[in-house]
This record gives sequence, structure tokens and C-alpha cells, in this order.
Amino acid sequence: MNYKLNYILHLADNALILGHRLSEWCGHGPVLEQDMALTNIALDLVGQSRSLYQLAASIQDEGKTEDDLAYFRDVIDFKNVLLVEQENGDFAQTILRQFLFDAYNFHLYQKLLKSSDKQLSAIAEKSLKEITYHLRWSSEWVIRLGDGTEESNRRINEAIEALWPYAGELFIPATYELEAVKEGLGVDSASLKELWSTEIKNVFDEANLEVPEESWVQKGGKNGIHTEKLGFLLAEMQFLQRAYPGQEW
Amino acid sequence: MHHITTKESIYKLLEQVFDPEVPVLTILDLGIVRDVILGKEVLEIVITPTYSGCPAMDMIEVNIKAVLQENGFEKIKIKTILSPAWTTDWLSEDGKRKLLEYGIVPPMGPSKSKRALFASADAIQCPRCNSAKTEMLSQFGSTACKAQYRCNECLEPFDYFKCH
Ligand SMILES: [Zn+2]
Repeated sequence: MNYKLNYILHLADNALILGHRLSEWCGHGPVLEQDMALTNIALDLVGQSRSLYQLAASIQDEGKTEDDLAYFRDVIDFKNVLLVEQENGDFAQTILRQFLFDAYNFHLYQKLLKSSDKQLSAIAEKSLKEITYHLRWSSEWVIRLGDGTEESNRRINEAIEALWPYAGELFIPATYELEAVKEGLGVDSASLKELWSTEIKNVFDEANLEVPEESWVQKGGKNGIHTEKLGFLLAEMQFLQRAYPGQEW
Repeated sequence: MHHITTKESIYKLLEQVFDPEVPVLTILDLGIVRDVILGKEVLEIVITPTYSGCPAMDMIEVNIKAVLQENGFEKIKIKTILSPAWTTDWLSEDGKRKLLEYGIVPPMGPSKSKRALFASADAIQCPRCNSAKTEMLSQFGSTACKAQYRCNECLEPFDYFKCH
């Protein structure tokens, strides 16, 4: 049973942490339209994480709520991939992080439609419509930046250099993922690598960007071993509930 | 429970519940009420969100309960389902007309696959001057369900309730 809880938490944490990162852009976007795009995507992801945390809470069956899971777990309990907790950096870095993750998430959720868990497949069906928008938006921007000015090209290349080592973790399944695959609940993330690579290559080609060679992979997030950045993120995100437990709007 | 209650009478009451973000639309116009179940003791309303993060859903739940309680129903259960996922195909014709009158262009045509990269943006007429010379500024708008457009004839920006 534990694998099931961990698997759902892993999906939920990916969505919440990336959603929170994007929400940090609120009011700081390069132009109004893109500020709104960033925060729209943040809202979609936080919304998706709510559905997933509700499902996790029902599996856990300890009377906890979605808020308990989001606000009262520590760094080591979070199972998101390292990629999504990386800082926003400049717009190019945010775009690239989004694109690398969207391309993965899109194919993952397509396969989750066939999950043996009815609620998870319903969440996937709902989320997929939104993830499709996200992937289109981030793909368009990778092309615009790569094939744009000298400066935008330099910045997106710097982003690739900074973030590429974090992409590999997506395709190294944690133990709970493998168990979830066996039970028909989840998807073997290793099996998504080819689809993902094709997605990346097609967009990079159009953007005049080189796909980097396979190299050293930073991993650990899926098992709670995070970069120091997650601690700072949680300190801000969880502050209110930690200081005033149970506060509501 | 209530005397002589029919499903139709409940739907009639739900016409009093509006979308807080697009207040000209009732929740029936939006197509988010999926079922009304008249139980022996509990009246169950089944709804579905437009988008996962739609912040209006909590308020809609509260408003549904308020309207039904005012009309004598005590035990009300609101159930949220995610599948089948909401689509703009469920917007009522009346709702589309109300949107346009409100200055938001209603979705044009059936919901379609959004898979294609750089899929051509829907061709939209300006709600003010009817010009077809419009362009999409962003597929993300002031709420999740809308995209931002601009009219190149009268130069006004406007919202488009995008196909989903
Ligand atoms: Zn016009």
C-alpha cells in the first residue's frame, strides 16, 4: 500500500513545487501577457496537486487533509524531482525548466489515463488538457529564445547547461514507481525517455539548439534527497501554516 | 425531505447560482452541473471543475448550498467528479449569447485536440466592431478559461473564452 501513497505523493509534489516556483513570478513577468501565462500555469499545477493530495490523503486514511500534506511535511518527505525545485533564474531558465518537465509530464499523463486507479486516471484526464497548453507554450518559447537574438540564444544555452544534469532523474524510477508499475497504477518512467528525447530534439532543432550529450545525472529528489533550494522554498511556502496552524481564508 | 421535489425543480433553483468569475453565466450555462440525485434524505449535486485550479469552485459549492438551504433543503452533498473532463462543448447556447453580450467572445466550434505545436489560433471576430482582423496575444488570459486577443481594426484588446 505504501508504494501507492508514495507514488501519488511524488506526482503531487512535482506539481506543487513547480507550481509554487512559477507563482514566484507573479508581478515579475517580462511582459503582462507572460506574467499571466506563468501564473495561469502555476494555478493549473497547484490545482492538479490538490486533486492528487486529496487522493493521497484518502489512501493514507489517517484523517489528514490536502493541506496537511502540502504544509506539514519536511524536505525529506518531499518526493519531487530535483528539476522542479531549481530556482527560476532568468526567464530563459524558467522556460527551459518548464519545457523539460512539460515534455515529460505530457507523455506521463497520457499513459496515466490507463492507470488501474480510477481516481488517478480521472485526474490524469483532467490534467492532460492543461498540460497540453503548458507544453505548447514552453515549446514556443524555447524556439523563440533559441532562434531569437544573440542574447536570448546565449541565455537559453546557459539554461541548458545549468539544467541538463537534472533532466536525467526523470527517467530513473524509484522503488515505489517500479511497484506502482507492477500493480498497474503507475508508469515506468524509464519507458518515457525515448518519447521525451524526440520531443526535445524536435523543438531544439527548430530553435537552433544542440541537444547535449548524456552526462552526469543529479538525482535523489524522488527519494527525499534534495538540493538546498527546496528548504528555502518550503520555508516560504509553509510559513503561514507553520506559524498559525489551521488558518483558513 | 421536501414535498413534490423533482429534478427539474432543482435545476430551476440552480439557475440562481452564477459563476463568480464570469457573473453573467449560471453554473448550468457553464455546463459544470453533471447530475442531480434526489436521495431519500440527501440531495446530491454532482459538479465538475472547468480547470483543475479554478478558484471559483469552492465559492460555487458554498453558493449552491446557500440557494438550496434557502429553499428548504437541509442535507445537501456536493460531489466533485473529474471524469469526463469538462469541455467548452458543454456551454449552453444561451450562455454563449450572454458571453458575447458581456464582451467575451464565446468558444468557436467544437473542442479540438490541442496537441499540435503552433496549432493555428482560432479565427475570432472582434466583439466590438466585428472585424475579423484580430490576433491572439496569449493563450492564457485573466482566468484559466480565457485567452487574450486584440483587434487590429479598432485596437481594443478583448477576452476569448477558449475552446477546451
Ligand atoms: Zn474591433
